[in-house]
Amino acid sequence: MRGRPELFTSYESDQAPLNTPARRRLLAVLLAVLLVLPFGLTGELTALLATAMLSAVGAIGLNLVTGYAGQVSLGHAFFLGLGAYTAAVLSGDPDGEVLGYGLDMAIWLPAAGLVAAVVGLVVAPVATRLKGLYLAIVTLGLVLIGEHLFRELRFITGGPGIGRPAARLELFGVELGRRTEVAGWVISREMQLYFIALVLLLVLAVAAKNLTRSAVGRAFAAVRDRDVAAEVMGVSLTRYKLIAFTVSSFYAGVAGALLATVTGFVEPGGFDLLLSVQFLAMILIGGVATLSGSLLGAAFVVLLPRLVQELPRVLPFVTSESTGGFLTTFQLQTILYGVLIVVFLIAEPRGLFGLWVRARNYWRAWPFSY
Amino acid sequence: MDELLTATVRGLAQGSLYTLLGLGFVIVYRGTGIVNFAQPALMILGAYWTSYFAVVLGIGFWLALLLAVAVTALIGAAIERLALRPMIGEPVFSATMVTIGVFIVLQVLASDLIGLEERQVGHPWGLRRLEVGGVVVFHADLAKLVITAAVVALLGLFLKRSRLGLAMRASAASQETALALGVPAGRMFGLAWAISGALAAVAGMLVSTGGAGFTPSTTFIALKALPAIVLGGLDSVRGAVVGGLVIGLAEAYTKAYQPDLFPWAGANFDQVVPYLVMLLVLLVRPYGLFGTREVERV
Repeated sequence: MRGRPELFTSYESDQAPLNTPARRRLLAVLLAVLLVLPFGLTGELTALLATAMLSAVGAIGLNLVTGYAGQVSLGHAFFLGLGAYTAAVLSGDPDGEVLGYGLDMAIWLPAAGLVAAVVGLVVAPVATRLKGLYLAIVTLGLVLIGEHLFRELRFITGGPGIGRPAARLELFGVELGRRTEVAGWVISREMQLYFIALVLLLVLAVAAKNLTRSAVGRAFAAVRDRDVAAEVMGVSLTRYKLIAFTVSSFYAGVAGALLATVTGFVEPGGFDLLLSVQFLAMILIGGVATLSGSLLGAAFVVLLPRLVQELPRVLPFVTSESTGGFLTTFQLQTILYGVLIVVFLIAEPRGLFGLWVRARNYWRAWPFSY
Repeated sequence: MDELLTATVRGLAQGSLYTLLGLGFVIVYRGTGIVNFAQPALMILGAYWTSYFAVVLGIGFWLALLLAVAVTALIGAAIERLALRPMIGEPVFSATMVTIGVFIVLQVLASDLIGLEERQVGHPWGLRRLEVGGVVVFHADLAKLVITAAVVALLGLFLKRSRLGLAMRASAASQETALALGVPAGRMFGLAWAISGALAAVAGMLVSTGGAGFTPSTTFIALKALPAIVLGGLDSVRGAVVGGLVIGLAEAYTKAYQPDLFPWAGANFDQVVPYLVMLLVLLVRPYGLFGTREVERV
């Protein structure tokens, strides 16, 4: 169809991931920028971007279960924690104070995802019996039970206030988390993390895209939109809810394992309700049931605190000190999560992705408006 | 035996808190079909206002409590008007997410108001206690039981006997029919939130009657009312009462016996027990003990 790129003559080409030239160009530009970017940024910002990309992996996972399959999960923090600890245990120092096996990243990274996925599979049968808000409350209970486990299993987690080192970045025997020089270029630890995160995000995002445009993805949407109708049409609710939970937990596990390596440390208190809410904020602000929404939302939520840190210079009632002033920056950024969730849900339920669609449609029809 | 009875009294007192909070959840759920995750923050605000009026301004405790209940009820109604009214007609999931957003905002504001130090609500019971043949009963625990019983009775009377209560039940049963019969359904939503706020304020005051007063993290106690209402059924007033007391007892018995019987479960295991009980009950009865089973048509 030369000259008419947006004429689709088959379902297949309509559902293809990059089905318009604009999308292909946008992705190419984005990838080029992402590849060059870390060479021009400080280590701190590079690490922040790596965090954003890893959070995006987790957000895609949550979007699969909550956005696509419509099963509200407040339990994402628990699966992130499972991933982080599985990775830390498998790669940990065998002679250290906490449990460790000294294994390679090629083993601990998939294992972190698999352990989380298996636990997701075990928990899912409870969840598949429940609907809507009952499910939200039960997954909330999961986070609190998980927090207790992480606090009490001291031989694994080191206990509250002490914690343990996160997984070591050693891939196929090559020690990664260290400054190295390749052909005159200095590759810092942050940059290595950044590129690991980028590759992982690409692989898992493509996998998620393919999942959502397959029969499984359509089944998810059917379960979300009208579960009884879906079941009548032969979509097995139990089966697809199980798949959604398992895949989502896998993503969370992988994301959790690597997110911990950015700071290099895992503390049991970190996997609390606020973390779950942050991930919900990512998909709600970014856009429910869209892949690009997950990415936008994750970038937004992770970069927001950095932006807020700059605010005390502009707004006099915000302070970076812990006392004095009306709001500290930490309080302000927490409030912003809350306010933004409310504002987006009321004003633009499709999130940042919806804003993008509106802007695009406006300019596509410009100077006419419909 | 004495230990058992002491634990029972403590459990019932703690459970009555969950009952009060659970009733707030149930009222909002029945009225509007959403779970109000902002309830815990309303509770801590209630405790703060009681403390503000009674301790900072120094007016009498009971008057302070009344004022705090009124202020918190107003906050509840304001939240409904500003954040929840625009969500009418949207999926309940979205509306519930809005309450999570509201929770975060209120929680930060509350901890900013409370500050780093723990605060007292200036209640009259102190740490006094009476002993009945070896069973230790704190006055504060008795107050929890008595006040909760009174509040539940009042609420029951209001819902069953008054015109307003009838209007609330009507709009909960069917918004369209109620509107057609002249019941202002929107105002009933606001009323449900106000009642929920008032109940939260009373619970907030009672939570802080232990020796320790309250801090911003006291909020998380209120989350344990969620297992209580899930246990009883999200839409059942009777369920909230029974669920609250069962959860309170389970927690108190665990606290009393778990350190000796199975210490391997770790310190503070009693804090997790409510959620475990909830999981077990839901495996058997997905709509709780008294909840209405949903009838669905395609």
